[in-house]
Amino acid sequence: MNIQIKISDQPLNIQSCIDWVVTPQSGGIDVFIGTVRDVTKGKTVLRLEFEAYEAMALKEMHKIAEQAFNKWPVQKLLIHHRTGVLKVGEVPVIIAVSCAHRNAAFEACRYVIDTLKQTVPIWKKEVFEDGEVWVAAHP
Amino acid sequence: MLAFGIAKDIFGGSSVEVELPEQGTTQNLKHSLEERYPRLKHLVSYMVAVNNEYAPDESLLTEKDEIAIIPPVSGG
Repeated sequence: MNIQIKISDQPLNIQSCIDWVVTPQSGGIDVFIGTVRDVTKGKTVLRLEFEAYEAMALKEMHKIAEQAFNKWPVQKLLIHHRTGVLKVGEVPVIIAVSCAHRNAAFEACRYVIDTLKQTVPIWKKEVFEDGEVWVAAHP
Repeated sequence: MLAFGIAKDIFGGSSVEVELPEQGTTQNLKHSLEERYPRLKHLVSYMVAVNNEYAPDESLLTEKDEIAIIPPVSGG
């Protein structure tokens, strides 16, 4: 199997994601690591809370992975997304892609994260000292 | 009907009972929800998912379907 999609409420492991996508035919691995940032619009973020519609999120991530395989010569592709409460500096998402050459790896990896952010039913809530906001819900 | 993210706040829970008209479509459902929960109209947008697939307005809904309200996503 050359696609691995996982949703977990446990801390993600970057090295094992890289190890999984490497193949003997790979010349380049591109990895995107999302991290929790400490400030949004000037306000200090205390934590993020991630929630997923799990069955549909897995399905949508599989679709994205398959699209990446259709568009680029990808060897292996992995998407791991974490749910639950994450503090500043923690990792909610890892995308890893292996290809024979770096161009396709860069492009496929970018495509996956950009598309995930548009279509996958996962939501994050920002928690500030003075309130909480579901990101992007309101204009 | 399942609710996620801000939809849980709007509906007051992660699942809500809805009554579906006969031959109801996704669009019918949206109208009826917006009447009952006007806060839905203040969202940038929202989608309806039926059996884990995004459903267009014309989709016919049945009581066997798993229906979910999908507010603007913000994963990654």
